[in-house]
Amino acid sequence: MIYLDNAATTKTAPEVVDAMIPYFSELYGNPSSIYEIAGKSKEAVDEGRSQIADVLGVFPEEIYFTAGGSESDNWALTAAYEACRSKGNHIITTKIEHHAILHTCEYLERERGAKVTYLDVDEKGLVDPAELESAITPDTILISVMYANNEIGTIEPIKEIGKIAKEYGILFHTDAVQAFCQIPIDVDECNIDMLSSSGHKINGPKGIGFLYIRKGVKVRSFIHGGAQERKRRAGTENVPAIVGYGVAARRAWNSRISRTKKEAELRDYMIDKILREIPYCRLNGDRVKRLPNNVNISFQFVEGESLLIMLDMEGIAASSGSACTSGSLDPSHVLLAIGLSHETAHGSLRLTLGEDTTKEDIDITVDKIKAIVERLRSMSPLYEDFIRENKQ
Amino acid sequence: MSKKVVVGMSGGVDSSVAAYLLKKQGYEVIGVTMQIWQDEAECSLETNGGCCGLSAVEDARRVARVLDIPYYVMNFKDEFQRDVIEYFKYEYLHGRTPNPCIACNRYVKWEALLQRSLAIGADYIATGHYAQIAHLPNGRYAIQNSVTAAKDQTYALYNLTQDQLAHTVMPVGVYHKDQIREIASEIGLPVAHKKDSQEICFVSDNDYASFIERETGKKMPEGNFVDTSGRVIGRHRGITHYTVGQRRGLNIAAGKRIFVLEIRPDTNEVVIGDEKDVFSHTVRADRLNFMGIEDLPVGESMEFTGKIRYGHKGAPCTAKRTGEDELTCYFPEAVRAVTPGQALVLYRDGYVAGGGTIL
Repeated sequence: MIYLDNAATTKTAPEVVDAMIPYFSELYGNPSSIYEIAGKSKEAVDEGRSQIADVLGVFPEEIYFTAGGSESDNWALTAAYEACRSKGNHIITTKIEHHAILHTCEYLERERGAKVTYLDVDEKGLVDPAELESAITPDTILISVMYANNEIGTIEPIKEIGKIAKEYGILFHTDAVQAFCQIPIDVDECNIDMLSSSGHKINGPKGIGFLYIRKGVKVRSFIHGGAQERKRRAGTENVPAIVGYGVAARRAWNSRISRTKKEAELRDYMIDKILREIPYCRLNGDRVKRLPNNVNISFQFVEGESLLIMLDMEGIAASSGSACTSGSLDPSHVLLAIGLSHETAHGSLRLTLGEDTTKEDIDITVDKIKAIVERLRSMSPLYEDFIRENKQ
Repeated sequence: MSKKVVVGMSGGVDSSVAAYLLKKQGYEVIGVTMQIWQDEAECSLETNGGCCGLSAVEDARRVARVLDIPYYVMNFKDEFQRDVIEYFKYEYLHGRTPNPCIACNRYVKWEALLQRSLAIGADYIATGHYAQIAHLPNGRYAIQNSVTAAKDQTYALYNLTQDQLAHTVMPVGVYHKDQIREIASEIGLPVAHKKDSQEICFVSDNDYASFIERETGKKMPEGNFVDTSGRVIGRHRGITHYTVGQRRGLNIAAGKRIFVLEIRPDTNEVVIGDEKDVFSHTVRADRLNFMGIEDLPVGESMEFTGKIRYGHKGAPCTAKRTGEDELTCYFPEAVRAVTPGQALVLYRDGYVAGGGTIL
């Protein structure tokens, strides 16, 4: 198998698994209990927290563990909205956010009286800070813009947006699920008040994430119950996952420069090869302000679903659009937001490289894509018409 | 090289066993469920039995695991909206009673699904329909009655083309329904005891009028019930609430049994009459499809068994080609409730000769 869907999830690194194992059947204590074995779990949780705090450049007390990026997003938006409700009810976000942000916004609109502005993006997927600023009203209490987009890889102008947020005294949250440990993030320079992240995107385990909440930002708890996570997120800590997350974060950060340099080279090699060898296709997202491992291409006259199924039959794992619970695919809201037509969005493919991806993997994959695209086009009446018209 | 077949799996017993039978026959089987529902919120609303809802996908996926075949869910939302739901709405708004399964078969299953299946390398598609595919002496393909007369599903398949039939396999039609359930039990399929779905797959509560109101955003205007002489005898709730032959839900105090005879969308009237008026000898149809027979030249007639509704047992008739795209069918024994929008399907010797839409 050639695995090229690292934006969806990544392989948990063997050393991460090794670090987690003792905390299942040996050091299995509940961190909140008083006896010795529990103390070991508590230590492990503290250590995981410190490791992550170090990588992000923040205080350990500012890191709150959750069950994943979606929970962090839900928490950030809902809690911030509640906390600032007396000051206003307006939220600014973008059309290309992850569904965890979009659906939470819709929920707040529907059930809590929020007014949400969903900013447009340009054809590269970039938010315009000036447009954001002009959307601010006296009622604006929260801005949430993702650090980098999971589908097309575009890296947003977070520093500029943070500056604007600070100027107007508005809370600024960013969904950094795809960006954490991939590109450098300075929460102080960018005036970020809250940040979401997820473990399984950086070769860590699934089912764990964190929300960074800057000291002084008063948001209430999301999951009520016991006093875990400084009373802000109840539930017995997922000790093994936290341990794994800490190790994964440190590991990913330490290897970041060399790893992402290699990934970016392979990414560019792949993009160039595809654009050069396969006609009638286009790259989606910004070429430069782009995550090091993201390739997203639209192929004209091709049904993306068929392309994916045939790649699967050849042992290549990729994705397109956003998977719904049934496992079938809707055209991506991100691709529609950058102006692609329905048909073009339907013919798109996302390939996201990992630390193990080799040049050979890329060569094999591009050759297979080429063959499949040729075959699908040969069966497409639209393509036939197009070729005939162009010959004339 | 064994032949590849995509089996349309609805999560029900019949299509599940179809997949099993084909694998046993040596085909390379790929299971596919068509995702056709428009709104994700809808999938959580239906309970069980809703065809192609989320639980249907889960059932089909489990069956695929038991049978050890690859399984995919393919997205046909756009095609279904355009070719089935829009058609459904349009027909009702124009006073006709549509059969959406016929449209789904022709345009979604046998066009969109077939195309995508061929695209991914399949040679055929297959379904769990109680029907057979015959290759006739005249060289044509035709849908043939299944051995289970009671469960015969050939009616909704009359509109398929020769090319579509040439790429189709229907393994279930040679079995009786009980045998299929037995097989399902024997091989341990998780859906062996699942109830058959009875309603239209996209209207879970059988309330078509409300569905159309929701979809169009408009309430159908009330109008007059009239008798056969044009006299106004009451008020109707909107023409989408009625179909030809309907007796219930009229709310007219008539003192005798009365029935819907006709729906007039232009004047927004619904015509009411006695039982005897509901029967007719003549049925006209257009949008013709010839299947087992290649053609019926204009002016010529032929004898068939004609069905005017899915539940109709069929009756002897003589069909005459009265126009380029028109058949006029005479039933010596009058048939009940000839309904515009439904299909007239003509059978000969147990196979579908052709059919059209009732005018």
